Amino acid sequence: MQVETKRVQPLRMATPAPRRSRHKRLRLAILFMAPAFLVIALFMFGPALWALYISFTNMSLTGAGAATPQWVGIQNFVQILHDAEFFNAFRVSLTYLVGSALIGQAVLGLLLAMLMRHRQRAFKAVLGAIIIVAWVIPDVVAGFLWSSFLAGGPQSVLAPGLLNSIVATFGLPQHAWLQDYPMASIIVANTWRGTAFSMLLYASALEGIPPELLEAASIDGAGLWARIRYITLPLIKGSIATDLLLITLATLSDFTLVYVLTGGSNLSTELLTIYQYRQAFQFYQIGYGSAISLLILVVGAILSLLYIRVLRVDL
Amino acid sequence: MTIRRGLTSTSAYLILVIFGLFFLVPLLWPILASFNPSATLSVTIPAHFSLINYQTIITNGLVAGPFGNSLILAISTMLLVIILAGLAAYPLSRYQFPFKGPLMYVILFASALPILALVTPLYALYASLNLVDTLQGVVLFFVASALPFCIWLMKNFFDSIPHELEEAAWIDGASTFQALIYVLFPLAAPGIAVVGVWSFLVAWTNFFVPLIILQSQNLLPASVHIYTFFGSYGQVNYGQLAAYAMLYALPAVILYTLVSRFFVRGVSGGLKG
Repeated sequence: MQVETKRVQPLRMATPAPRRSRHKRLRLAILFMAPAFLVIALFMFGPALWALYISFTNMSLTGAGAATPQWVGIQNFVQILHDAEFFNAFRVSLTYLVGSALIGQAVLGLLLAMLMRHRQRAFKAVLGAIIIVAWVIPDVVAGFLWSSFLAGGPQSVLAPGLLNSIVATFGLPQHAWLQDYPMASIIVANTWRGTAFSMLLYASALEGIPPELLEAASIDGAGLWARIRYITLPLIKGSIATDLLLITLATLSDFTLVYVLTGGSNLSTELLTIYQYRQAFQFYQIGYGSAISLLILVVGAILSLLYIRVLRVDL
Repeated sequence: MTIRRGLTSTSAYLILVIFGLFFLVPLLWPILASFNPSATLSVTIPAHFSLINYQTIITNGLVAGPFGNSLILAISTMLLVIILAGLAAYPLSRYQFPFKGPLMYVILFASALPILALVTPLYALYASLNLVDTLQGVVLFFVASALPFCIWLMKNFFDSIPHELEEAAWIDGASTFQALIYVLFPLAAPGIAVVGVWSFLVAWTNFFVPLIILQSQNLLPASVHIYTFFGSYGQVNYGQLAAYAMLYALPAVILYTLVSRFFVRGVSGGLKG
């Protein structure tokens, strides 16, 4: 992008009336950008500001707060601090984030990218395609897929899902996985779903490492682990930071997979997004639900600022 | 040394095959069940492969309405995003102006925000704008949430196209707008395709937004319809559910495969032509 700046210079000098043309360009720039930024301002920052407003009211879908929402100050936020179910949802979201994204997707993605580096092309293509399909199918479909995969159990009237069939062939006890191990189930499902993104990101980062570097280290007697620890990881640490931030941001607003998989009313898997949805649309507390979604957004905004820092693009 | 390398290579293949199975196995059920007239939740090879599940859901009208709604949402989102992002990215790529740097940071910042968490206040906002239960309301939110990343992508694509071609068009008497439409856009076709596919899929696959904003049964897109239809019936016809899921997922799989590479380079800041 630096190069572009330099390229513009001679052109600008070549224009006969630089001052007037600069004004014209600025007008044109504003004209071209206005529609896009208007839509962003109205429909992205709009809801954010609206969230800020209604989280200070008792707005609801029924009852007193429905017709004329009252200004209640920071009452919603005080209520959050005393809300055990909020802290439960917070804990669930954090466990889900660490388990499925930071550990599951990132570690597995890096491992897969490293292992796949020098394999046969056809093998890589097939394996890559399978992993990517898991990432690209719509959320709802992924939810149905996993509920069928985990279906059944000793007391279930439904036919056993594939996991229980596999477990049974090895003579192990069957489980109603989503009831017996709800957190583990959603963590594995989301790891399955999201690993492709991290894998692709790390694969393209690994391509940038000159092979001579690893060879030289190898000749100097560095083992596999030493090469990973002292050459590969330091060289891709920018990509690792980018990946961790982006999957954290994606997981933060995750709703559908867990909602479809668990029906959304299981306390042990109630993510913050599901909790705010239930507060707003099952208990009709729009004001309170908005206060929670505002908190999610604030965390997201902080992480997003970090992301820009990490990318360090020169504009 | 050679033996050792051979060994590590074999174990690498072995580990990869095991992971491959982990990723493959949950995908088997919808594929096999959709061709099985008497499908259950079990994964079984159908006694005879049949397209009856697909036929049934298509002929009894389960597919046409919801898929039509999904298409309306996805295509409108796509067209609006291409036009708005294309226009906005042009000055960001070609001109220098005072507030350009901060603006690019705002775009990058907005592209990473977990904006979908804002559906509840969006609902409240839409209630006062009379946009609840309208497709255009859903489209506008999709457009707004896809725009920052798409402007970013589009700007990077434009950056990789040399200025000389537009300059030549200007010398031949073309206006800025004409040069943009007839010279830059055709050259940026691959970039426009990526942005188009990306924004199409944002709308096609989303579940949360239409779940909350839309209420009328006849407006529901496939994502919500598949959930309300198959999720709320006691006796689910699993073969039909699988067929529906396959039909709904297929466009996403095909389109994503085309752009996933560009997408990953775009978010990791490596997309510089």
